[in-house]
Amino acid sequence: MVTTPSADDGARPAPAARAPSPAAPAPAPADSTGHEPLLRLKGIGKNFGPVQALADINLDIPAGQVTAILGDNGAGKTTLIKTISGIWQPDGGQIFWMGKPVHLHGPRDAADLGIATVYQDLALCDNLDIVQNMFLGREMLRHRQLDEIRMELSAKSTLSGLSVMTVRSIRQPVGSLSGGQRQAVAVARAVMQEARLVIMDEPTAALGVTQTRIVLDLIGRLAGRDIAVVVISHNLNDVMSVADRMAVLHLGRLAAVGPAARFDTQVIVDLMTTGTSTRLNTATAEHRVPPPPTPDSQAADEAAHAPGSGAGPEAHGDGIHAGREAQ
Amino acid sequence: MSTELHEPPPEALEDAEAAAAEAARVAAPEIIAGSLGEYAGIWLKRVRSGESGALPVVIGLVAIVVYFQVRNSLFLSAGNLVNLMVQGAPFIIFGMAEVFVLLLGEIDLSVGFNAANGAVIMAWLAFTVPWWAAILAGLAFTAAVGALWGILITRLRLPSFVVTLAGLLGLQGVMISLVARSGRGPGGSIPISSTIINDLANGNLSPMAGWVVMIVLVVLFGASMILRDRQRRGSGLVAPPASITALKIAVMAAAGVVVVLIGNTNRGVMVPLRGVPWVVLIVLGLLAMWTALLSRTRFGRYVYAIGGNAEAARRAGVNLGMVRTLAFILCGLTAGVAGIIYSSRLGSISTDIDGGELVLFAVASAVIGGTALFGGRGKMLHALLGGLVVAVIYNGLGLLGLSSAATYIVTALVLLGAVIVDTLARRGRAAQ
Repeated sequence: MVTTPSADDGARPAPAARAPSPAAPAPAPADSTGHEPLLRLKGIGKNFGPVQALADINLDIPAGQVTAILGDNGAGKTTLIKTISGIWQPDGGQIFWMGKPVHLHGPRDAADLGIATVYQDLALCDNLDIVQNMFLGREMLRHRQLDEIRMELSAKSTLSGLSVMTVRSIRQPVGSLSGGQRQAVAVARAVMQEARLVIMDEPTAALGVTQTRIVLDLIGRLAGRDIAVVVISHNLNDVMSVADRMAVLHLGRLAAVGPAARFDTQVIVDLMTTGTSTRLNTATAEHRVPPPPTPDSQAADEAAHAPGSGAGPEAHGDGIHAGREAQ
Repeated sequence: MSTELHEPPPEALEDAEAAAAEAARVAAPEIIAGSLGEYAGIWLKRVRSGESGALPVVIGLVAIVVYFQVRNSLFLSAGNLVNLMVQGAPFIIFGMAEVFVLLLGEIDLSVGFNAANGAVIMAWLAFTVPWWAAILAGLAFTAAVGALWGILITRLRLPSFVVTLAGLLGLQGVMISLVARSGRGPGGSIPISSTIINDLANGNLSPMAGWVVMIVLVVLFGASMILRDRQRRGSGLVAPPASITALKIAVMAAAGVVVVLIGNTNRGVMVPLRGVPWVVLIVLGLLAMWTALLSRTRFGRYVYAIGGNAEAARRAGVNLGMVRTLAFILCGLTAGVAGIIYSSRLGSISTDIDGGELVLFAVASAVIGGTALFGGRGKMLHALLGGLVVAVIYNGLGLLGLSSAATYIVTALVLLGAVIVDTLARRGRAAQ
């Protein structure tokens, strides 16, 4: 079944957050301990010249939960994660890390806080082995020489803690691994560097069924370790099976955000394409931002309102995969 | 939809099998084999799938040696073999210089004339300052030239091919002008006045010292291998089977014995002449030092990382410019050593030196030995093996009385062959 696959589900607040409780109106959900969320974005905006890539984004990313960021191409997903990971500075708004305002001047700042980004590609050296990749840039030394034994032991325990690797030797070059295994190495690398927030950019793109399974399991285990996970994906099936919270972007604005259980495929597709959905219960969603009334979105809106409209998954093709029948 | 997920995807089983085969193919046999038999099996599998390691070079070397021995029985005489070691040393050391930059996916075309300049400075200064100061000055120059290339390439983002091609031309001019200004080089050739510098390539260990040094080296190296295996086993990690380690040490000891036996055979014509040349120790010392640098330090790790995926290295926080510049400095420094050995063998440094040819032999040595032209794969040992091949061809064709034209053509064909083998092997890997 497509449920969140995690051996240690009990340790995480996720299942509770999933149950649609009627009395859950709190606009800023604190995590299970009742403190500030790990990361809070307040009114984040980003412009590229005249183009407004992000406008007034208010988003909480709690620890121990998987937050999925959804949106069509150009909706601002990439801009948002690049802002979180320090690559771009926001033009407006404020980022709070564990309740304190922070300024991320570069990827280093984000990394120092414990924000790790796992890119779809470009992250691993194919000619280096798994241990070497996991420690790249942070090698352990002993007498000013690489301490291979300590690194290998540490890598081994991290990988077995995530219980995803089925490779015969962690001394084999990463170039010989499958897509899912590579993703696992990249994630394990982030975990070993004690990341508190792991951002995954399209983690399941270009993976087969088995490999996708491996990665989704892995995401579940990360959340089980009280790590905040942000997943960006086009694949609604994958997202639905793993996310605790969802945030849908439309034209640079947050169309809706809330616990995953309040969304279904139809709602998400509506939100992604039009920025609004008649089926979304506004009382239970944390908040939703009405889209700017551009003629484009109005037209799409009308299409969505039409009975038996073509705004279903099939009509939108490409990245969107058919619904929730699996549940 | 859900039934699809319940059924075990057919590709899962295939995946597992493929992964096992893949692991056997790409991982070094040491780390996954449990026994000698398994080791041999995995090794054979790797050879068949194009990951043959040093095998083709060694086979090629043996074939070339057999060919020359058949054509001229003097080839395997002690005198010629020692000559071969001395002749091959500069090729090997130039090859090592080139390995540093080839690993990054760069190239240094200026090593030949850079080395020549270093040798000129050394020979010039050796008239007035102690031999070691002269050598240090020469090496400082070649390292500084490497630093200049590194800065130009990393700061201005120029392609190393063009920068060092300019260096090849410019440094030839610098060399000619230096020799002319030194006032020590009538006829464009500066003699080397220091006997110690001359002995670097021409001096020999005493027969007794040869044995002692050989035994010490084998014991040291063998002990370090055994110690490392024991540490790994003690920490609960996989270590190569003891039989493999024993076999490696045995092969190394045998090679040492052969080299010392050859060196200690009297090769004198009028007066007895015996002993292992000093230069063998210099080559082995550099090999050990640079291998340790590449495999045991952060710098070495970053060189491989940049050659494999520069963007990944950058995101991991590696200072690309620093590592690249340092690699070019080490390339220049090592080339300087090669230049010193080269001039020491000839007893002088002359403006006739063909730095362009030396570069080609340097790249040929590294690539024939198995270093990839496009970065990320290679070892210092490859320069040794490849340098030996180049030296054997050079020496053998000379012994057969063939012209330098033939030497160029044959070396070119061997280089081409090596690149073809490398490219086909890589394509084979990519296709699988």
